[in-house]
Amino acid sequence: MPADDVMIRFDKVVKRFGDNVVLRELDFQARPGEHVTLIGPSGSGKTTILRLLMGLERVNGGTIQVGDEYLSHMRRGDKLVPADERHLRKVRRRIGMVFQQFNLFPNMNVLRNLTEAPISVLGQPREQAEARAKELLDMVGLAEKLTANPAELSGGQQQRVAIARALAMQPDVLLLDEVTSALDPELAAGVLDVLRDIARSTDVTLLCVTHAMKFARDISDRVLMFDGGKIIEDAPPAEIFDSPREARTRDFLQSVIET
Amino acid sequence: MFDNFELFLTTLLRGAPLTVAATGGGIVLTILLSFVAGLAMLSRSRWVRFLARVYVEGWRGTSEVVQLFWIYFAVPLLVGFQLVPLWAGILVLGLNHGAYGAEIVRGAVNAVPRAQHEGAIALNLGPAQRIRKVILPQAFVEMVPPFNNLFIQLLKSSSLLSLITVTEITNQGVQVLVPNYTGQALTIFLIMLVLYLILSLVITVVMRLVERWAARVAGRPATARARVTGELGI
Repeated sequence: MPADDVMIRFDKVVKRFGDNVVLRELDFQARPGEHVTLIGPSGSGKTTILRLLMGLERVNGGTIQVGDEYLSHMRRGDKLVPADERHLRKVRRRIGMVFQQFNLFPNMNVLRNLTEAPISVLGQPREQAEARAKELLDMVGLAEKLTANPAELSGGQQQRVAIARALAMQPDVLLLDEVTSALDPELAAGVLDVLRDIARSTDVTLLCVTHAMKFARDISDRVLMFDGGKIIEDAPPAEIFDSPREARTRDFLQSVIET
Repeated sequence: MFDNFELFLTTLLRGAPLTVAATGGGIVLTILLSFVAGLAMLSRSRWVRFLARVYVEGWRGTSEVVQLFWIYFAVPLLVGFQLVPLWAGILVLGLNHGAYGAEIVRGAVNAVPRAQHEGAIALNLGPAQRIRKVILPQAFVEMVPPFNNLFIQLLKSSSLLSLITVTEITNQGVQVLVPNYTGQALTIFLIMLVLYLILSLVITVVMRLVERWAARVAGRPATARARVTGELGI
């Protein structure tokens, strides 16, 4: 695979929390526009991958590349040194994230949640940021909630705002971290519909950790099964859900379906 | 018992403007130092944290009376000029209470959920933008009740300024009235107590209004705000 056709590249990435090794020399790649879903038992390191990509955690070994730039490191001469804050911010600009608990800012109304970063980070004029925010809110079906406070919205509505907020930064890569795990099923359905729409209508690269298996099957180009900090199976959704090769994948899918 | 009541009251009230000035000036300086030192204690730089810690421990851990004498009587021996008593008093009140306030600011900033920091990082806001736009607006509301306590303590500490010849309420009572009306000391001190009580209630009422404003800034839901205004009784 030529380098310019890789959006995300993990190269022998190691991540430890104390004595607990979460990722063991993990290698994986995603192409631009690819929709990749990570599944596996909790504690298998899926969320850690997203948090590393967002720069919320630092690697203990190996390298991460976004496009042709290192995320966790930067080039100094011909050596790689740990990235400083400025370098991190430059690479982070290409990445957006939606969290399990939404993480909207309660001190800002919906519109300002969407416009604050485009204005103060990307330097967009206010009118442009607000026009784009309205389009995005319309897309997630919340055009009428422009001036509402996050506390006045349901969980599902908050999550749809959070998705719009991440997209307002025009990321190349969107990270979805168990975005429906905190929601009732009917609210989750609305959020997943919005994401299906985004997967279909944009060329953003999606990296998705989820337990919503039907959704994963619908939107994914590839599904990665994680266990013990390693990828144990990497296949298109039809294959992994209908005829998994690994016994552990079968057991996991069985347990998810039963609950 | 209440002979001369009017004389006592007017004499003590003549000290009130200086008590209010010392308290007001002390509060302004306290707020300033609380935020500077409180945020410095959260700095990524070890040196900045160390300096802030030295200030906090130094001014929190020594006697306020000695600090006052030190600034008013000892420092002039070093620098060659003496501060006006009121300014020396404001300086000590601010420096001393700012050291306590720094811990209030640090604690309130730390109490904002980690998720809010991460939400701000994910939008690529820089460290200063994260603090200013996301964290502090949510932290203010947690700071208000402890700052209310601190400001009332500062008001009461302002009576120490009588020791360096500031003619505030306590000075008027202890130096002017009591020596001349020793038999009525009970009444004189009782009026002084009530005056401090009234001033501290003024501080509390103002701070409850500030709390209501801070809750709105933090985006607390209407129910939580209603509870605050209910307590306020206004």
